[in-house]
Amino acid sequence: MQPLIRMTGITRYFGQFCAVRNFNLELSQGEILGLLGPNGAGKSTTMRILSGCLGASLGDVWLDGFDLFKEPLQAKQAIGYLPENPPLYPELTVDEYLLFCARLRAVRKSETSAALDRAKALCGLGREGSRLIRNLSKGFQQRVGIAQAIIHKPRVIILDEPTSGLDPNQIIEIRELIRTLGESHGVILSTHILPEVQSVCDRVLILNNGRTVYTEYLAKPGHGKCDRLRVRLACSPGESAMAALQGVVEVTVLGESRFSLLLDDSCSTEAVAKQIIQQDWGLLELVPDKQNLEQIFYRLTTADEVEG
Amino acid sequence: MLAIFLKELRSLFLSPLAWSLMVALQLVLAWLFLVQLEQYLQIQPKLAGLENAPGVTALVIAPLLDSAAMVIMLLVPLLTMGMFSRESGSGALDLLFSSPVSMTAIVVGKYFAVLTLLAIVITLIALMPLSLLLGARPDMGSLAAALFALVLASAAYAALGLWISSMTKQPAVAAVLSYALLLLLWIINLNGSGEIGSPLQQLSLSSHFQRMLSGLVTSADIAYFLLLILTGLILCIHRLERLRIEG
Repeated sequence: MQPLIRMTGITRYFGQFCAVRNFNLELSQGEILGLLGPNGAGKSTTMRILSGCLGASLGDVWLDGFDLFKEPLQAKQAIGYLPENPPLYPELTVDEYLLFCARLRAVRKSETSAALDRAKALCGLGREGSRLIRNLSKGFQQRVGIAQAIIHKPRVIILDEPTSGLDPNQIIEIRELIRTLGESHGVILSTHILPEVQSVCDRVLILNNGRTVYTEYLAKPGHGKCDRLRVRLACSPGESAMAALQGVVEVTVLGESRFSLLLDDSCSTEAVAKQIIQQDWGLLELVPDKQNLEQIFYRLTTADEVEG
Repeated sequence: MLAIFLKELRSLFLSPLAWSLMVALQLVLAWLFLVQLEQYLQIQPKLAGLENAPGVTALVIAPLLDSAAMVIMLLVPLLTMGMFSRESGSGALDLLFSSPVSMTAIVVGKYFAVLTLLAIVITLIALMPLSLLLGARPDMGSLAAALFALVLASAAYAALGLWISSMTKQPAVAAVLSYALLLLLWIINLNGSGEIGSPLQQLSLSSHFQRMLSGLVTSADIAYFLLLILTGLILCIHRLERLRIEG
């Protein structure tokens, strides 16, 4: 199957400043990719290039089999894009605005009203249709922005910080929505909220200073085995005693009576817990220590500053 | 293109700007029309004795439409100033850029929306000279030529205003620059020589407009206006393309 998005060697200079350097990406249907990075890492630039709002200095973008730079009209038919600031017209009502977007993306006349209802229902805008966008709260404006991006059922959805400005309940709703969309579309979203990526995305890509520094598939919560545990004990037996436990390959001391244990493939979490309890070390805490995104992010995005 | 045209037209009429401009224009021109008419009535007895005396078309309609061209010039930059600058300021331009529409469709769609509004304005203006039909017989040929000139001049203003709107993020800056450009084009023939056919005369909006206003429609004058319009639109398309590519 051909990927929905293929970006090869994308490089973008602003004058002398290189915002994105040699960016490569493939995304297929049913995948949700989280684009992470500190401010100014090149997330938005990458997404703008991908959506056709910005040219690239070098490289190619293929969307749904069309070359974005050579056949822009066909390629753009495949995308829905929510920029950092939702591109709204405050003087229009939600319905008028979405109707305009549907026409702009060549939704068939007979299907427009169904498309409008569907997009509004998905984004929780069912009752806001006749309100002026100017009078909507920031959260609702953000939803209108998302509705605009999905109204023509694009194969690729590009969301630049979709949950910014939303309250916690809305954030949960929007994440739910993104997960639903991810089943039938390819979704790229950028954010700097790390748990968001962990809860929504199948894959993560970390950018720093315009370079891709990390890309990895994320295990869905509940799937896969956790190979690292973090434990806190009431009476610490010391590092060597911990290392002597069966199935423990490596012990890292995190603090007084706090350890991070690396387990070998055959050893289960229960087995380690059982051993610790049998030793009567006073187990206070035992949590799966996903080599978590936060640490990876911190390591990768700060290392450069020291070097540079 | 149709979607953009309809949306822009709606936006134009949703803002009080278009309505207030139409009111102001109508008010000013109606007053000028009355003044011209009054003057004409005062000198009419003297004209009756003259052979080949200028009629109501030359003495009332031509000056009225001449002023109309000036007043519309003051109005158009206010209409076009926000066409692109507001969107590029608010980021709404990204919606158009990420949609499957060509730059040409975006520019032409917006241009036709302004033209439609101007067509309404000119129709309203045309009603004033046409009201003279109640009591006089104006030269319909000259009137048609003068209205045609007004349409062409307004269309040229709009094209240039649209182009300038694409150059900045601030509507006010776009308006100021459009005024500068249009006024300069209008008065660029005011230098010493003033001979017909000099390059500055050729470049000037007013010399072409005046000729058509007097009832003389030549293809050279029409070509001048069409060229201005095309220049404005093409520059605008290029400017947007560069804005998209260079960010």
